[in-house]
Amino acid sequence: MSALARSLLLLVVIALVAIAPTRSRAQTDPLSSLASTNYDEIRRGVEALAVSGDPRSASIIAALQDGRLFVRPDKALFIKGDSGFVAADTGVSASDVTADALRPVRVNNAVRRAIDSALGSLRLFSPEPATRSIAAEAVFKARDASAVPALDRALAQEKDPAVARVMRQARAAAVLTTLDAREADRIAAIRILRERGDIDARSMLASLSGQPPAVATAAASAIAAIDRNLRLWEFAQDAYYGLSLGSVLLLAAIGLAITFGVMGVINMAHGELVMLGAYTTYVVQETIRGHWPGLFGASLFIAVPLAFLVAGLAGMAIERGLIRFLYGRPLETLLATFGLSLLLQQAVRSIFGASNRQVGTPDWMSGAMQLGGLTLTYNRLTIIVFALVVLFALMAALRYTPLGLRMRAVTQNRRMAAAMGIRTPWIDALTFGLGSGVAGMAGVALSQIDNVSPNLGQGYIIDSFMVVVFGGVGNLWGTALGALTLGVTNKFLEPIAGAVLGKIVVLCLLILFIQRRPRGMFPLKGRAVEA
Amino acid sequence: MSARITCIALVLVLGGALLLALGNLATAEQSALHASPYVISLAGKYLCYAILALAVDLVWGFAGILSLGHAAFFALGGYAMGMYLMREIGARGVYGNPVLPDFMVFLNWKTLPWYWHGFNIPGFALLMVVLVPGVLALVFGYLAFRSRVTGVYLSIITQALTYALLLAFFRNDMGFGGNNGMTDFKDMFGLPLQLDRTRDVLMLASAVALSLCLLLARFVVHSRFGKVLIAVRDSESRTRFLGYRPENYKLVVFVLSAVMAGIGGALYVPQVGIINPSEFAPANSIEAVIWVAVGGRGTLVGAVLGAVLVNLGKTYFTGALPELWLFALGALFVLVTLFLPRGIMGLLPVRAEMPLPRAPAPAQAAASEAGPEGVAGADFGR
Amino acid sequence: MSHPIGAVSETLLYLNGVTVSFDGFRALNSLSLVLEPGEMRAIIGPNGAGKTTMMDVITGKTRPDEGSVVFGADTDLTKLDEPAIAALGIGRKFQKPTVFEPHTVWDNLLLALAGDRRPRFTLLARETPSERRRIEEILATIRLTEQRHRRAGDLSHGQKQWLEIGMLLAQQPQLLLVDEPVAGMTDAETAQTAELLREINRTRGVVVVEHDMHFVRALGVKVTVLHEGSVLSEGSIDHVSADPKVVEVYLGR
Repeated sequence: MSALARSLLLLVVIALVAIAPTRSRAQTDPLSSLASTNYDEIRRGVEALAVSGDPRSASIIAALQDGRLFVRPDKALFIKGDSGFVAADTGVSASDVTADALRPVRVNNAVRRAIDSALGSLRLFSPEPATRSIAAEAVFKARDASAVPALDRALAQEKDPAVARVMRQARAAAVLTTLDAREADRIAAIRILRERGDIDARSMLASLSGQPPAVATAAASAIAAIDRNLRLWEFAQDAYYGLSLGSVLLLAAIGLAITFGVMGVINMAHGELVMLGAYTTYVVQETIRGHWPGLFGASLFIAVPLAFLVAGLAGMAIERGLIRFLYGRPLETLLATFGLSLLLQQAVRSIFGASNRQVGTPDWMSGAMQLGGLTLTYNRLTIIVFALVVLFALMAALRYTPLGLRMRAVTQNRRMAAAMGIRTPWIDALTFGLGSGVAGMAGVALSQIDNVSPNLGQGYIIDSFMVVVFGGVGNLWGTALGALTLGVTNKFLEPIAGAVLGKIVVLCLLILFIQRRPRGMFPLKGRAVEA
Repeated sequence: MSARITCIALVLVLGGALLLALGNLATAEQSALHASPYVISLAGKYLCYAILALAVDLVWGFAGILSLGHAAFFALGGYAMGMYLMREIGARGVYGNPVLPDFMVFLNWKTLPWYWHGFNIPGFALLMVVLVPGVLALVFGYLAFRSRVTGVYLSIITQALTYALLLAFFRNDMGFGGNNGMTDFKDMFGLPLQLDRTRDVLMLASAVALSLCLLLARFVVHSRFGKVLIAVRDSESRTRFLGYRPENYKLVVFVLSAVMAGIGGALYVPQVGIINPSEFAPANSIEAVIWVAVGGRGTLVGAVLGAVLVNLGKTYFTGALPELWLFALGALFVLVTLFLPRGIMGLLPVRAEMPLPRAPAPAQAAASEAGPEGVAGADFGR
Repeated sequence: MSHPIGAVSETLLYLNGVTVSFDGFRALNSLSLVLEPGEMRAIIGPNGAGKTTMMDVITGKTRPDEGSVVFGADTDLTKLDEPAIAALGIGRKFQKPTVFEPHTVWDNLLLALAGDRRPRFTLLARETPSERRRIEEILATIRLTEQRHRRAGDLSHGQKQWLEIGMLLAQQPQLLLVDEPVAGMTDAETAQTAELLREINRTRGVVVVEHDMHFVRALGVKVTVLHEGSVLSEGSIDHVSADPKVVEVYLGR
């Protein structure tokens, strides 16, 4: 970095020394300078051409860089193209010119540097705003003092405010590296960098040395302001990671909120239902790859309902085949379903193998978007949205569908519901199936961010129970808030305590929390609960 | 009647251990009666597991606390012993550092962490074997029982406890050897661990420890304290209205049980020659619970029986049909809870130490209108 | 109802303005009640009148939002938890008989006997001759002498109710709270239970919550009618059953 800075400084010195005589020899034609055999003269020609505003400048300098610029003994310049030579000054095809009459314009390192810098400035005038923006950003990073005039001209004609902003920042960076810049200009430049407020601006300000006191003070306060700003973005980024983790926890726990929170069934095989959902995704993708590769982008949309069905049916089978015999004996249910989780894991291991399965990410879920100082990856963003959709869909289903009404009736007053003709065992099975199906859908989402292996579910079971207990049993809003709280807390603790220790701290806090409020954040009150 | 079963169990444990030791030392290797060092260390391992099972049964069978974190106490006892054995290696380690264990030298540590001091003294290490699990159980139990966390909730936070410890012990900077744990022990109380004689002594010591734990547990559950404990298990609030403080009773038995588990772990480590964080895995704790369920919850002797039988099965399966072991273990969980709620001891024509409250037989439960507990008042539409 | 402060020392139990609400529902609404030493009181009221919640408040299971509960001269029960209140001498019998089913009748009574409740004592405690005498006495009172070595879980429903009353006697309480003692009993058992309660009442205060009006009439004591968490009427059984407010609550609407 400092080597770069030093060489840049050197460049600036050379440029300054060079510019003075160029100015004195006013109105010298840059093209004739290029035709010279003197490297200094050629370099001056490149620099002059760069600021000339001539629309042909870019192609001439680019040709020089590629060794495609030739000179005739009469000092006329030609560019060698794919279809022969063209005159450099007019761009008109010169079919009569042949290679043997020409000699190439030679370059040395000083000229090459001048070319690089000139091309950088010239792109500032590109018709494409994106190109102009990138060029300005490059100038900003290079802190090229010689680019100031080009930037000034580019700024004068720039109409896009976003590009103009980057240009002003580049100019500020350049001004700060200009040795004879006035103090007021420097302070103005510092203000612009301060507004930019990112890590590059900060390092640029931090690298300033030997400045007059007023400038140094301004730089120091700008650095402090940028640090504050960066911390804010970092905070936002952590919050986003926390939100993302929270949505994953929510997905994993929301099915449990039904089976454990509402039915009071403790299902240790819940994680394995999630795993089934992930393997369903794998199978769907493999089938699509084999038969209809064009559908790959839609694979997850196909996998979600299938995973719901697979896990839901598995859940109903578990309820009918095992859990119903153990109602009223929660500890036995816990042990039996733990056994079931071992069986499911081993079954999947026997069928699919013990190693991780590759589940692909569709294109629309890859990549990330930049929001100020935030990087939001699309797969995480999708999962957050998906978790919310599942949450609200589930709430709506429970509240507005006839099945939801029956489920609520049975969990609230089994005898009364039975007396009113609701087939309670059937509702039990369906409720459990619903919770399990939601777990399966969670598996589809988790297959995008976690290894799809037989152990996938194990990692989530304790967290899921914690979320449900923390949020308050039997309350979907509580589950959602519990998941988000846990996710965000976890992510904010990570930078302070490290990932593992952060998790331990969260677990300990949770254990303490359950001690204080054994019924969660949103306890249900009433006589019935007291009993 | 239950006294006779306990006597039979004690005779089997102590007599069996003696016979194995004799078979190892006094017979020729070709003899049919010869017990190989492998068999001795296996027997020693089973006996330690049986101590853990006894500890689980004490809290689960008699106080209704289904601890899914008891392997944590076992592992802590093991780590305390492991720390002693590490210090005992002295300068014989790979790096030859007289004070620092190898893994600390490897991590470039210069001094011994404060909590490693004293572990070179056998008496101190033995004290820690008892104290560390005991104090953890005391603190955890005090918090949990005082705030009346019971049933499934308690089970889940005990599981979270062992999970947190698992994560913590995986860390290198905790100073317990991280992922690899501690191994390459040389000797114990001056006896080389590689010698057959030492292994026999350790195995016999485990048998004696198990017998003492069994007797102590029996004394506890037959005392008036034990009667209160069962009252707490079956009807905590009724006990409270009689003027007892269930939290104190649970705390005492929880700490006692944790100490037992710690002793089991301490005997386990020198016999298997390694202790690492995987001992904290929640699955280990749950496996210990199934030993008890197989043998018969609330029967003490059943816990010992279950631990030995299930582990015999595990040794057989993992050797012969490793693919099938998890299937077998999983099926065991399901089948025992469904069809054998009283375990093997329930099949015997004798009364258990302290019968469990009547649980509905599976067929009965299905026929009755039993439904999920349902959180009364749960309003998930709001 | 108001009560002169000076009289507090003469009462056994004194509830003043006790309010308990669950999620906005007022289970007890400024309930006040005074019980003299040695008094037996019957509490009646429709479902949801707050009878069980009142018991919960007195025994420390539920903390009131407002109001005071004073036992004896000046013991504030709202500051104590269940075991502490039990140790003070307030016994409670639940609606459903709750005895310790795996234990024998004898052991149930042994656990209930007044004495040191701390683990360090019970761990080493042995039965003393005086404890045995007390248990024999109680067994005779509750007519279970023959059943003493049977598992409590094997007893009939009525026998369990008696065993529970026996356990309360073993506690030697000054005040006994009895929740629906005759629910599910045969007529003969009901009559015997009334007899038993009167016997107990000779030495201690008793509060009986009951639905069975015949039983309440048979007890022949002062009756308090609860409705929507507060006292609706109080007096002899004839007085309250003639009270138009009570008639309206029970028969009207």
